[in-house]
Amino acid sequence: MTRFVLGRIGFYTLIAVLLAFFTIPLLWLVTAPFTANPTYEVQVPDFTWDNFKAVVEHPYALPSLYNSLLLSVGTAVLVVILAALAAYALSRVRLPGRDALLYALLLLSSIITGTAAMVPLFQLAVELNLIDSQLGLILILTGGLLPAAIFMLKDFMDSTPKSYEESARVFGATPLQIVRDVVVPLVRPGLATIAVWAVANVWGNFLMPYLLLSDVEKQPAAVITYTLYTEGGQANLSMLSTFGLLYSIPVVLMYLFVSKKYGFRFHGGIKR
Amino acid sequence: MAVRKRSMGVVAVLAATGLGLAACGQSSGGGGDAIELTITQNAIAGGKNAAGANFITNWVIPQFEAAQKAKGKTVKVKFVPSGVDDEQYKTKLSLDLKSGKGADVMDIDGIWAGEFAEAGFIKPLSDLVGTDAENWPGWSQIPVAVQGAATFNGKKYALPVGTDGRVLYFNKTLFQKAGLPADWQPKSWQEILDAGTKLKSSGVPVPIQINAGTAMGEATSMQGVLPLLAGAGGEVQKDGKWTGAAQSMKDALGFYQKIYGGGLGDPKLQQEAKGRDKSFQQFAQGKIGILMEGDYFWRGVVNPKDGVAKMPDRDQVVGYAMIPAMEPGKGIRGQDFVSMSGGALRTINPNSKHPKEAFELAAFTLSPDALKEETKDGNVRITPRTDVNKEILANEPLLAYISEKVMPLTAYRPPVAVYPQVSVALQEATAAVVGGTAPDQAAADYQKKLEGIVGGAGNIAS
Amino acid sequence: MALATSPPEVPETAGPERYSSDAAGLGRLRAGVFVAPALLLVAVFLVFPALWVLYLGLTNYRLTGLAAADPQFVGPANLIDAVSNAEFWSSTWLTVEFVAGSAVIGQVGLGFTIAWLLRDRRGPLKRAVEGLVILAWILPSAIVSFLWVALLDRDAGTLNALLGTQGFGWLLDHPMLSIIVFNIWRGTAFSMMLYGAALGNVPPSHLESARLAGASGWQQLRDVVFPHIRGHILTNLLLISLWTFNDFTPFLLTAGGPDGKSEILAVHVYKVALQSGELGHGAAVSTIILLINLVVAVFYLRLLRSKK
Repeated sequence: MTRFVLGRIGFYTLIAVLLAFFTIPLLWLVTAPFTANPTYEVQVPDFTWDNFKAVVEHPYALPSLYNSLLLSVGTAVLVVILAALAAYALSRVRLPGRDALLYALLLLSSIITGTAAMVPLFQLAVELNLIDSQLGLILILTGGLLPAAIFMLKDFMDSTPKSYEESARVFGATPLQIVRDVVVPLVRPGLATIAVWAVANVWGNFLMPYLLLSDVEKQPAAVITYTLYTEGGQANLSMLSTFGLLYSIPVVLMYLFVSKKYGFRFHGGIKR
Repeated sequence: MAVRKRSMGVVAVLAATGLGLAACGQSSGGGGDAIELTITQNAIAGGKNAAGANFITNWVIPQFEAAQKAKGKTVKVKFVPSGVDDEQYKTKLSLDLKSGKGADVMDIDGIWAGEFAEAGFIKPLSDLVGTDAENWPGWSQIPVAVQGAATFNGKKYALPVGTDGRVLYFNKTLFQKAGLPADWQPKSWQEILDAGTKLKSSGVPVPIQINAGTAMGEATSMQGVLPLLAGAGGEVQKDGKWTGAAQSMKDALGFYQKIYGGGLGDPKLQQEAKGRDKSFQQFAQGKIGILMEGDYFWRGVVNPKDGVAKMPDRDQVVGYAMIPAMEPGKGIRGQDFVSMSGGALRTINPNSKHPKEAFELAAFTLSPDALKEETKDGNVRITPRTDVNKEILANEPLLAYISEKVMPLTAYRPPVAVYPQVSVALQEATAAVVGGTAPDQAAADYQKKLEGIVGGAGNIAS
Repeated sequence: MALATSPPEVPETAGPERYSSDAAGLGRLRAGVFVAPALLLVAVFLVFPALWVLYLGLTNYRLTGLAAADPQFVGPANLIDAVSNAEFWSSTWLTVEFVAGSAVIGQVGLGFTIAWLLRDRRGPLKRAVEGLVILAWILPSAIVSFLWVALLDRDAGTLNALLGTQGFGWLLDHPMLSIIVFNIWRGTAFSMMLYGAALGNVPPSHLESARLAGASGWQQLRDVVFPHIRGHILTNLLLISLWTFNDFTPFLLTAGGPDGKSEILAVHVYKVALQSGELGHGAAVSTIILLINLVVAVFYLRLLRSKK
């Protein structure tokens, strides 16, 4: 009994420490938007709504959030679908050179996210006529994320039991049907993880959208965030903090939605 | 059945890919009779340089289109806003220009002119638009030094958009407490140090802020080591030779040592990633006595209306003075006072389909009427034109001061491709001195680094 | 691409495969079709530009200036230049510290701990912890940098206010510690999510029988959980090491300073490629990072796949 109580105390202490560690840095984001002239200091806010008014009146701020949603959801959907198909095939069928290929792609994917890759990617986009196209940007971002996504999903596919697929096959299901109706429900937590991961990657990406989309009406919030500075490079802290707060809300909502609806409820659907 | 379903999925994906490839073909083009022009600046409504962006969209474009219509031409102008770090803006322009894209008229920092020209990204105006460029009436109103910023290898590549200058700002309230005059004008570096000592003993936490270190980036060069170097009679590059561990460099670095080694400045502030922002906040809060900055500080930082570190009583509290040479007569060209200047350029994209109209648009934005319109309602800056400056700066004491007193003795950075790396090496030298390295040693290290950047000791003045 | 065009083969309809069973009867051809769209995108938008970067590393290409107009092939000159530079090696060492401290120890440890603590929980507490951890991860870096400057600032920082240590410059006196803790805060979410999902795949019945057999928490972890998630651990280590190696967000906190004391390789590349415009040199350093990553990957593979 004491052991149990001590365990509980230990558990809640640990959780409290964790919550503090992850909350304290966020304080500024909660106070600064409501402060008239924010500095690099967590102050008791004045509870002004002026900053929000300024963001709402900003010509590009709110539309850019829509663009961010479009880009990140588009990329996430494409990554999840393509990676799921590929990971399933790679998990079930031994294709020649599979592992080496996956590792090589994974290593190359790290180079493509680096600063040095901007010239090849830009010129490639020019050649393929993908400049100023949100779909083009989605394809480029998807290409960069796919190897890691396949890699992660393959683990999930590897660890699912094969017996369901066999019985589905006995009943005459096609491979695509099996993937959709049998495998996907089994690896749903994995798919949700990949989706959130892809969204997070696109959500904060600044350099590629900035270089590839010159039309400001198509640019995502990450690019607009960078414009909230003065000519001398000083941050407009009131705008930045407020926009940052608004910027983070859609993703939090999306996460809560995904986690409630699709992910993190394991063994959903099929009982073992 | 099975096969069809499966292949449909694949087809869908392939179709999506193909769609992406086909989507969005034309980026700039001539549809019909209308001439379509685009103009870009590192400015955006609601963000960086918002006033400039609004001016182009709300005034220049309708006025220019109307003026062209009166001449019987249908011209459609579109503003392409940006609004990011200068380095990123530069990257984007470079990539655009390299691929034959980009806006017809674009603003660049004057310091990029040389490297853009060397890369073939921009061309002499006379090559693009012929004699119209040479005969532009505005040239006669632009001082030769300012024209020089738009000139590379003796050819004009752009129209100058404006210029600026650096001075010493000081807090008159703190000066009064320390027994220093409100019309302070130091005549040598020693007088700056003396004022700093007095400020310190009167309890000012940071008597002097002169930017140092790599974290502040180019602000360390422009508002720090370069004006000091000029004050010691040195130029970072002269007649194609770079200044290494010369006496002037040692003197400039020695001044840093006197400030930061002598407790007159805050060495840690120079190392912080947001150090410059903080120095502005601290000046506004009355914690810094003397600060070296450009006119941007007055217009954009302590501006009581919309500065990033507003000072409601700016006009009463903030004083300014010219940057003295080390000793009278010891500055470059034997000057008593020195400064550094930069400024933007407006240039024509060599890939433009309508270079003549593009030039007309650029020239239109720099006509007296346009400049007066742009700079009204508290948005005053130093324009390239003396005729306009006389009029618009009348009620702006600081800008008039810089325009009249500082501009004649200012200096410019060398507009060559390796300058950014040299600048970083200079910043590292100041960082070393602030961190305790002896100035002579830091200067020697700088020279070593410089040799690697500029291609050997042969390119360094002995 | 070879996969897509590999010769069609009669799908084996019966009998367990040696490697992993093709339970759905996919066969190589259809498997190729499943893989093809992903592979096509990857080939065009990843492999091709990545090889291009490797090639750029062998040239003196610059963003502007003469070398932009006419880049010259210089062979391994950039590589030699980089490795003969003392700053490069100190950068490499800092990167190793950064990856080991923030990713391998910090994110994996903390991520697993959170996932393990919350594995059987539902409701607001789990949501709150997970939500906060993920918030730290998805906030755009431009904004995150302000949060951490506000936290660690010398004069007005929240941390100093809480600890009563006004004037202590965390970012200046302990730059590496600061960016390591920062990156743990920033990146734990991914490991937490991955382990959360992986732990869900451990059949509860196995854990139950272990518990009934009297296994302690640690024994359950070692004997039941670990074998099940071994593959995930490998993937997790690989991915976050790779990403952390290439992460330049610490630049926004310390700008690599003071005096290069937190200039990790990714920051170095950013400075070289974007700030100085030396793209050839930057690409060469990227190549070296790739090689280091290769070594790290092989090391992990040996470590975790050895006893299968």
